[in-house]
Amino acid sequence: MSVGDYIRNSQIWRSVFRHPAPTDRRNRVVVMLTNFFLHLHPVSVKQQGIALSYTWCMGGITFFLFLVETITGVLLMFYYRPTLEWAFYDIQALRDVQTLGIMREIHRWGAHAMVITVWLHMYRVFLTGSYKPPREFNWVIGVLLLVLTLLLSFTGYLLPWDQLAIWAITVGSNMARATPFLGMEGPGFQLLNTSGYELITNASDAKFLLLGGRFVGEATLNRFYILHCVAIPVVVSGLIAIHFWRVRKDGGISQPL
Amino acid sequence: MLNHYPDVTSSVLTGLGWYYLILLFMNLLWTVRSYKVDGEFSNGVPKATVWAVASSIFMMMSAAHFSSARSAETFLIRMPVFFKDLVDANFANPVIYFVLSIALLWGMIRLREWWTKPTVAWSLLNISLVFMGLSLTDYDFRQIVGKPDNVPIVGMLFIVAFFTWIYFRRAVDNDNRVAEGRPLFEQENNEKVLVWPDLVYTELICMVVLTAFLIFWGIALKAPLEEPASSVKTPNPSKAPWYFLGLQEMLVYFDPWLAGVVLPSIILGGLMAVPYIDFNKKGNGYYTFKERSFAVSTFLFGFLPLWVALIVLGTFLRGPNWNFFGIYELWDVHKVEAANNVNLSEIFWSLPGLPGLPRGSSIGAILLRESPGIVLTLAYFAVLPPILGLTVLRKYFVRMGVLRFLVFSNLLLWMAILPVKMLLRWAFSLKYIVGIPEYFFNI
Ligand code: HEM
Repeated sequence: MSVGDYIRNSQIWRSVFRHPAPTDRRNRVVVMLTNFFLHLHPVSVKQQGIALSYTWCMGGITFFLFLVETITGVLLMFYYRPTLEWAFYDIQALRDVQTLGIMREIHRWGAHAMVITVWLHMYRVFLTGSYKPPREFNWVIGVLLLVLTLLLSFTGYLLPWDQLAIWAITVGSNMARATPFLGMEGPGFQLLNTSGYELITNASDAKFLLLGGRFVGEATLNRFYILHCVAIPVVVSGLIAIHFWRVRKDGGISQPL
Repeated sequence: MLNHYPDVTSSVLTGLGWYYLILLFMNLLWTVRSYKVDGEFSNGVPKATVWAVASSIFMMMSAAHFSSARSAETFLIRMPVFFKDLVDANFANPVIYFVLSIALLWGMIRLREWWTKPTVAWSLLNISLVFMGLSLTDYDFRQIVGKPDNVPIVGMLFIVAFFTWIYFRRAVDNDNRVAEGRPLFEQENNEKVLVWPDLVYTELICMVVLTAFLIFWGIALKAPLEEPASSVKTPNPSKAPWYFLGLQEMLVYFDPWLAGVVLPSIILGGLMAVPYIDFNKKGNGYYTFKERSFAVSTFLFGFLPLWVALIVLGTFLRGPNWNFFGIYELWDVHKVEAANNVNLSEIFWSLPGLPGLPRGSSIGAILLRESPGIVLTLAYFAVLPPILGLTVLRKYFVRMGVLRFLVFSNLLLWMAILPVKMLLRWAFSLKYIVGIPEYFFNI
């Protein structure tokens, strides 16, 4: 008996994997049904539905990048304190002091890549007409995922707390000030300020809500940190789960009828 | 004398040496492919010869760059100055840029049979890579393209072009199949296969390749970290993160409430509405252009010129004070661009025979002053849809019903407002169609 067979027949191995090695047809079916990670997939699929030239694998790559971002992000959190005093210097130390420290690089480039792949995924879904019935609602979930991906990237952009970061966020969040009715420089906000009671001021408008202050400062850093590391990832994970579930329930990857 | 803005340095030459080496290998592979599938010219010479010649040119280019790395100043292979001046003088203008990008899309659709041929596409790729390589011998070009955060955008351009190519190639193929009554590409060889091993292994390989790619990228290119944040030192230009630069570019034409709030919301709402507007049952689950030419053209228009091209514009071509700079132009803080834009109301009320711009700050006076613009805007969004529905878009109106058609036509009109405003700015130096700064209501 080879070492490999010995290991695969040990009690420990068999307690972890609920199935024999997938070497014959029966076990290749069983493995898909009994493994937690694999059961996201069906047992068998149409050949063209999984062809790289058809799906471009972009949804899968986006998901993979999301996982990469989660893992590298957790590692970065070990080194990073979201305060005005430390944020910048923690990032700087990550660059200058850590041996083999490329987690920040992978996290940043992975984020850029994820934005691009999510667009390409949408591009492919559109061009194959895969949003058509019965997949309409999964497209809508997809659009939500697209927004959240951009917001994840946007909130993360602030965290290094360098010039690039705060001014990009300042430019971006200045838009909130112009929200119709709800922003200090948006059309119609005066309508909410009638009869002497000021509802919309620069300490209560949409921009203030986003930044937690009148300009990008400590409160903003804290707010964006929590959005970036907790709130948005949790929502995205939930939506991805629904997205995948819908792909299966809507009949798998789209095919010509 | 020391040149502070050297076009060519020894490290640039070494880098380009590697660059052309990669081009050499790409073209060698292509030569092999061509030898196998492309056949011969009428005189019996294999067509692959052309690619063999191209490869040897790249080999010489590469060798020339490596061996001249010590005498960079006198190195001759660089983008000719007259060409740079030509580009900067004639294309450094947002309207021309935008019109060109639309023309490109139009050409791409019209000539899809031609440019999706592998040989043509490969030649185009080679041309753009050589253009890129030559441009890299320019100091200012390198400054913008080489910023760490901008590198992915250059990559994105090539990737988007690649996938657009795949789409058109498969679509042209399927359209021909339908015309000839053959089954679709997606219907051939479409047996059921087991996910283990067919899909699981593809995924595994994808993950390994991607991981390797990310690690390589992470080592090769450091993440940027500028000076510590300072709320007093405003950088010029101040740019939003790159994926929002298309929106920031719209600020040139619209106030923040439109460009930054209303239009993004409409883009998202419009995207979500797509499956409920597109009633065409064809083209579900396979690539095709002919069977849904309108839907695809509209989406391509939204994605390529209006999204990707505007991001490129905002990232690479907008410099200090958000002025437009040619790709080989120095980002000069002192560049002045005359901006003598006027409001529609000013143009209208100074027409001969009219009493001149109404004064006064009462609501009535303001409304009177802006009435031409208000009427035009209302007409655009309220009168145009029914007219469209009864004329050019009649086909859609009949199949969609009133509500759906109104949503659809309004979304189309919203999509068109940026080009419309650009055109008006270009033709009449128009600033605002409706300008009520008193209430932050400018269109
Ligand atoms: C975090 C973002 C996203 C992830 C991780 C994700 C993941 C996936 C995956 C793995 C698939 C399976 C097929 C494939 O790989 O192409 C899929 C399918 C699909 N996705 Fe996404 N997606 C995301 C965003 C989007 C967006 C932005 C849209 C559209 C606006 C979208 C719409 C769809 C639709 C309609 C399908 C079904 C396609 C078919 O059956 O051919 N998704 N998604």
